[in-house]
Amino acid sequence: MTLMKETPPPKQTNTPTAPHARPAADFSDAPAASDVVIRTDRLTVRYGTFEAVKRVSMSVLANQVTAIIGPSGCGKSTLLRTMNRMNDFVPGVSVDGRALFHGDDLYASGADPVALRRRIGMVFQKPNPFPKSIYRNIAWGPKINGYRGNMDELVEHALKQSALWDEVKDKLHNSALALSGGQQQRLCIARAIALQPEVLLMDEPCSALDPIATARIEDLIDELKSRFTVVLVTHNMQQAARVSGVTAFMYMGELIEVGDTNMMFTKPGNPKTQDYITGRFG
Amino acid sequence: MTQSANMFNTRLPRRRLVAGLFAGMFLAITLIGVAVLAILIVSVAGEGWSSLSVKFLTNPPSRLWPENAGLNSALFGTLWLTGITIVVSIPVGVGGAVYLEEFARDNRLTRLIRINIANLAGVPSVVYGILGLAVFVRWLNFDRSVLSGGLTLSLLVLPVVIIASREALAGVPPSIRHAAYALGATKWQTVRAHVLPAALPGIITGVILALSRAVGETAPLIMLGGLTFCTAVPDGPLSDFTAMPIQIYNWLDEPQPEFHHLAAAGIIVMLGLLLSMNALAIGIRAWKQRRRLS
Repeated sequence: MTLMKETPPPKQTNTPTAPHARPAADFSDAPAASDVVIRTDRLTVRYGTFEAVKRVSMSVLANQVTAIIGPSGCGKSTLLRTMNRMNDFVPGVSVDGRALFHGDDLYASGADPVALRRRIGMVFQKPNPFPKSIYRNIAWGPKINGYRGNMDELVEHALKQSALWDEVKDKLHNSALALSGGQQQRLCIARAIALQPEVLLMDEPCSALDPIATARIEDLIDELKSRFTVVLVTHNMQQAARVSGVTAFMYMGELIEVGDTNMMFTKPGNPKTQDYITGRFG
Repeated sequence: MTQSANMFNTRLPRRRLVAGLFAGMFLAITLIGVAVLAILIVSVAGEGWSSLSVKFLTNPPSRLWPENAGLNSALFGTLWLTGITIVVSIPVGVGGAVYLEEFARDNRLTRLIRINIANLAGVPSVVYGILGLAVFVRWLNFDRSVLSGGLTLSLLVLPVVIIASREALAGVPPSIRHAAYALGATKWQTVRAHVLPAALPGIITGVILALSRAVGETAPLIMLGGLTFCTAVPDGPLSDFTAMPIQIYNWLDEPQPEFHHLAAAGIIVMLGLLLSMNALAIGIRAWKQRRRLS
């Protein structure tokens, strides 16, 4: 599987609309057959006049862990947050270029971020469970999205998938805030995957955790990639090397290089990447 | 750098002395407030204790027989006023706070509204009385009813309720909202299921403190024409009323010292009501902190 930094604008294949009208994304459809799940096309994100992400074009492939690395402030979190439109909550943010989910423009006028976020889940830097019971943390998302199956089974399944079930099965109705930081983060992963999303966006999910909890999350990410597409933002290069199949390196808002993780860490194509991964800056 | 110890004139004794002086001064200032309150309670209790009885709470007031006079109509008048104020000010105040804090865009209009709500909290209560007289008594023709009084007090506490609720809502960490949005929740679902419950203890505390202010208010009720002698317990929102502070004022206006004892007893009842409302607010705050930790 090869990955390319796309410079020419790719032709849109599935939109028979007029060239000016952006197609309204319909996220309720089944996923397309394509391997490319998310693609950005010369995506620029500004906060006011500051360009946090500059003309980034990259693809996220299905059932892969794509790591985005780079020094603090390089725009990697901003890029991640355009993929489920969590940037919408930042005042003064503006987006140019396109971000496509199965070919549908996420920022098209008819695109509904609420519907999108059910299909593209997110795990945050600091564990942020709701101040409610473990069970209700997981069940709330499916409930508001009209889940019609058996909720108890869904909660159990999500907790098993996130390797938390054995630790919490006897205290499902206790407060989630009583869990340790690592357990809370796995609960947040369980909460996200209970919605059966296609993509999991992870924004430095281990940066607030100790090394043992980090190792457990990394193992979990490795298991999750068989069922989900994972995009992982990390400032930890070892982590990117350990868990990802594809690595993208960003620097000062630009995508410097993207490719197979092994290649990136052994034979980087760009001297800046070389400097960063050898620890010369960042 | 070797002689750095000589480069500082620390003047420690003098600095300690100044620190001690200020600590003593602030202690004295604090004690003045506490002492005044203590003197008030002791003198009122001494004067009113003998008049305090079950009869005092159940009998209607009287201008002729102080030995049989009670607080019954004023107590229930105050309860009616408080009830109406709760029913009106909580939904309107909390609703307004949710709108301003969660939904409103930050533009010139909403900034103007926010600033003016803060200003309204500082408007003297007599002004609310004039407003209530013009709008509820005259224009809406509710007359000098307990409804007019309750609505006027609602207007009075509304800014405080809105400000306290907004602060409670703003105190809910953004990470909770982001967690909900990331699960595909709409704004209302997020507010309803997570933000409001998290802010509720703070909102309740603010509402109770605002209400205890309303309970002690006299001026706006006097403006409404509530300074009347009323012996009947209100039997509906449109009936005449009196309230505890008004009744206390009435008794103090009588020349005989027996009525002054009744006024003192009335003050004890009102202080008891206010202090238990404040205690409830403190209890809710403590309960919230315990829940956060568990």
